[in-house]
Amino acid sequence: MKKKDVYTLLWITIAVGLFPWAAGGTDYFNTLLVFLGINAITTMGLTLLMGYAGQISLGHAAFFGLGAYSSGILTTQYSLHPAVAFCIGILLAAAIAYVVGKPTLRLKGHYMAVATLGFGEILFIVFNELSPLTGGPSGLSGIPPLTFWGYPIEGALYLYLVWGLVILLLLFSLNVINSRVGRALRALHGSERAANAMGVDASGYKVQVFILSAIYASMAGSLYAHFVTFISPGSFSLMFSILLLMMVVVGGAETIWGAIVGAAVLTLLPEYLRGLEDFEVLAYGTILMVVLLFMPRGILDGVQRLFSPSKEAGAKGP
Amino acid sequence: MSGEILRVRNMQKTFGGLRAIDNLSFAVAGGMIQSIIGPNGAGKTTLFNLITGIFPPSGGNFEFAGRTLNGLRPHVIARLGISRTFQNVELFGNMTVLENVMLGRHSRTSAGIFSAGFRLPGMQQEEKGIKEAALEELRFMGLESKANLNAVSLPLGEQKLLEVARALASQPRLLLLDEPAAGLNMRETGKLSETILRIRDRGITVMLVEHDMSLVMEISDGVLVLNYGRMIAEGPPRKIQRNPEVIAAYLGEEAEDA
Amino acid sequence: MTFASQLLQYLFTGLTLGSIYALVALGFTMIYNATGIINLAQGEFVMLGGLIMVFLTMVLKVPLLLGFLLTVVVVTLVGALFERLAIHPLKNVSLITLIIITLAGSILFRGIAMFIWGKDPYALPAFSAGQPVQLWGATLQLQIFWILAITLLVVLGIGFFFKRTLTGKAMMACAFNPLASQLVGINVRKMVLVSFSLSAAVGAIAGTIITPITLMEYDRGPLLALKGFAAAVLGGLGSGPGSVVAGFIIGILESFGAGLISSGYKDAIALLILLIILWVRPSGLFGNREESELKKF
Repeated sequence: MKKKDVYTLLWITIAVGLFPWAAGGTDYFNTLLVFLGINAITTMGLTLLMGYAGQISLGHAAFFGLGAYSSGILTTQYSLHPAVAFCIGILLAAAIAYVVGKPTLRLKGHYMAVATLGFGEILFIVFNELSPLTGGPSGLSGIPPLTFWGYPIEGALYLYLVWGLVILLLLFSLNVINSRVGRALRALHGSERAANAMGVDASGYKVQVFILSAIYASMAGSLYAHFVTFISPGSFSLMFSILLLMMVVVGGAETIWGAIVGAAVLTLLPEYLRGLEDFEVLAYGTILMVVLLFMPRGILDGVQRLFSPSKEAGAKGP
Repeated sequence: MSGEILRVRNMQKTFGGLRAIDNLSFAVAGGMIQSIIGPNGAGKTTLFNLITGIFPPSGGNFEFAGRTLNGLRPHVIARLGISRTFQNVELFGNMTVLENVMLGRHSRTSAGIFSAGFRLPGMQQEEKGIKEAALEELRFMGLESKANLNAVSLPLGEQKLLEVARALASQPRLLLLDEPAAGLNMRETGKLSETILRIRDRGITVMLVEHDMSLVMEISDGVLVLNYGRMIAEGPPRKIQRNPEVIAAYLGEEAEDA
Repeated sequence: MTFASQLLQYLFTGLTLGSIYALVALGFTMIYNATGIINLAQGEFVMLGGLIMVFLTMVLKVPLLLGFLLTVVVVTLVGALFERLAIHPLKNVSLITLIIITLAGSILFRGIAMFIWGKDPYALPAFSAGQPVQLWGATLQLQIFWILAITLLVVLGIGFFFKRTLTGKAMMACAFNPLASQLVGINVRKMVLVSFSLSAAVGAIAGTIITPITLMEYDRGPLLALKGFAAAVLGGLGSGPGSVVAGFIIGILESFGAGLISSGYKDAIALLILLIILWVRPSGLFGNREESELKKF
């Protein structure tokens, strides 16, 4: 791992550690940062899939929802321990990612995009229709908050929990990227034909990274469910899948740090748009357009370029 | 340096109405440098694509070290010991020179997502080995000073050498080079020629698709001439040079252009 | 209602839905044929057609025919503008960027629609007043006949355009081989513009004719696009007649599914068909297998 990666990780850890104290213990900022962390987790997985491996998924809200509903249903209706529900959510997401991923990741570009879109929509319909289990459109409430041997994990503690996972996953992701597997993923993005010729089982790896990204999303979903204690299908719609995609692209699909930046921008931005509900969708569309047309490698790259214009030209995008 | 390493029997490949390869049979002995020549469109790259499993033959079969390769997928064939370079250089533009060659080592290593993600000791050891092997191959090809540059920032001649280094990293028994001299100047071609001989000295069998006749004549042990997907001549370079059919189909045209 | 007449009812509903899917599929196919890309904003052209028609005829009280023509013109301009501003400037971009740009377009259009019209559904009166027709026990609204007739006209018109006019044939040449097309003097960039404009027009027509029956709201686009795309793929991407036939097939399957199995899951039916087609036979029913494997996307 490069030195600057280690330093950045260190800075993030310190920043998160100090945050609750710096924010003065207000609930608002704490909640915001928890959501940011949760979104960062999902986005990291999606960045591995899209930025490194060069694939696309327009249906990732489904996996997020799977994690959320697994945790929600298993802890409320079946009284399972949250940690158990968390793991089952992961297994479920991984299994579905495998079944759906195998045929879907063989498809080329546009077909893959639309297939993942369709998959996301189907799961959205399932969340809505399976009312006895999911509560249907009115949602599932009463999800128990997390406790550590009876001691409730809330406020700053939840922040630490979520960001602890963010940092662990960052480490994990960076390790994968800088390994044989990471090279294989980047190779199949660079030239699938050459990757295959060098012994990389391209289709196998595509499915693997798809499953990995589904697992990240599921973990995020579980943390989300226990934090908000009420979930409904509306949170796992196409719009959220698109939002996730935007987090990847806007931040910069080519590096894992882009995922954090993108998640930050698109979690904090809606807060400013809160009063202007009518503008929300319009704002998202505009931002995405602008970034794609003028900063195709994402904000992080755009800002870096501002400070060191010597970086190589060639804006190809994700 | 022993018997046959590759045997092709009655190979056919048709694309729709076009017969790209027509009843082709030949064998390549281990340790030799076998060149394949022929006019454009003769089926040379198609042959390479068939051998490396990019598409299956429409008929016939081919064996590598006694194993039938029909129907095997490219990455499996690569793991069995066949590596190649491409006519239009296909490097990984999103990685450095060193990383490209390290990727070449993929089929000889095994760390998966979990041992990579948790940086298990076994994986760390393997990484060290990969890096060292890659640097070795870069040294062999004379590129070690460029290890940390982006792969596609290299001039074309060096990109081609890089592709060879990457292929060598997979420890192949058979190396397929697809027009390695295309776009190289005379000095670079001379260096390439010497490099291919050194590769052969490592015990690797080389098959070479080439248009550069001087290179072919200088280093080949055997030459295979294709035209319209069919073999029209096979033998040592001197014999091929004198074959009237070959001259007519190919070398003759060259003489006119020269 | 007897079971037979129920089935007939489903059939006609299916044909109605199918018309819309066929038109959306046609829109996809046209842009794909000219450019090789899939326009994920296709559904929004339909949505805009419906909502703009509502605005013109209900708010501005413009007469029906004039309103219809104006709507088509406006949405066509939107399509052309989209091409000029978002597609045309892109050079050397990756496939993913292209996909996301059309996605961004769709979000933008949705955002604008939400801003102007809000989230409520809007209604249009049927094109001709009158009581629904009774046919063998099934009740058919008059609008259904309008839908089928107009769809037929559009399909025939587009077919004529591609088969008989020079511009149409030029467009088909472009996707097949842009370089060769340029060499014979075809202005490829212009063809891309034409394809987007035509697709927008077809989408707008679909929107205007369906709104009297199903209403229209700002976010109808994505689901329509998905189903229309399902039809385009089922019919063999690039085949105009294929998309149309497939559109009707999907409409009918969805209608019967909704009636006989479950109406909650009815959207999932078309989507499931989409997934299965993509997974099993992406060249579709009428496409050429080898050809589809050689295609860029």
